[in-house]
Amino acid sequence: MTMLHTINKSPFENNALSSALKHAQKGDAILLIEDGVYGALKGTTASGDIWARRVDLRFYVLSADLSARGLAKGQLIEGLNLIDYAGFVDLVTTHKSSQAWL
Amino acid sequence: MADAAKTPPAKPAKAAPKKFMYVNRRAPYGTIYALESLEVVLIGAAFDQEVALAFIDDGVFQLTKGQDTKPLGVKNFSPTFRALGDYGVTKLYVEKESLQERGLTIADLQAVTYEDENDGFKEKPSIQVLTRAEMGAIMQKQDVLLNF
Repeated sequence: MTMLHTINKSPFENNALSSALKHAQKGDAILLIEDGVYGALKGTTASGDIWARRVDLRFYVLSADLSARGLAKGQLIEGLNLIDYAGFVDLVTTHKSSQAWL
Repeated sequence: MADAAKTPPAKPAKAAPKKFMYVNRRAPYGTIYALESLEVVLIGAAFDQEVALAFIDDGVFQLTKGQDTKPLGVKNFSPTFRALGDYGVTKLYVEKESLQERGLTIADLQAVTYEDENDGFKEKPSIQVLTRAEMGAIMQKQDVLLNF
């Protein structure tokens, strides 16, 4: 009974990440894609929200979107998983449902 | 072999209705999201799916009473929510924390009701106020979630 939440907006643009984190249940997966990958940066005003849920949720970042934006793993919050498109498909198939937060 | 060939193929089982939830997170008139959501809700209901609406974040502003868009020159679609009951859409979940954060209470929202055909067509409220935790849990029970 777990859900995959995708977030495609920067946390500095709207509250999609914040709202997804408030509604996600233990064991759910959070995947940051497109401008959502800015939410994976460490040391920002938004990183605390992810850090606070690092134990009961799993976090993934689409690496193609990181590379495109010149972001490297060293700049990210520790413990996030970098995945490729095949990994994205795996996440979709291994969760009961998906919700795309916009 | 001949007999087997005459056996008609099994009829495909009718697909069980899926539980659809439309998650409304935006205020009504600044963008087209809210109106588009309502259009999609009506389509889903026409296909006999189980439809529920969630109003969270700025989405709670969609249900405020007394909306008057005449000066704006755009369609006021807030009365459409009151027609949803006739399409079998009777679950409008509104998040308590989202109301509170915006200084609203249930009294600031329009009344939306439906006639319960399983209970002598008694008029019942469609809007249910849920806590954020309850909303998160109810999302997990859905098959399809669409964010607007």
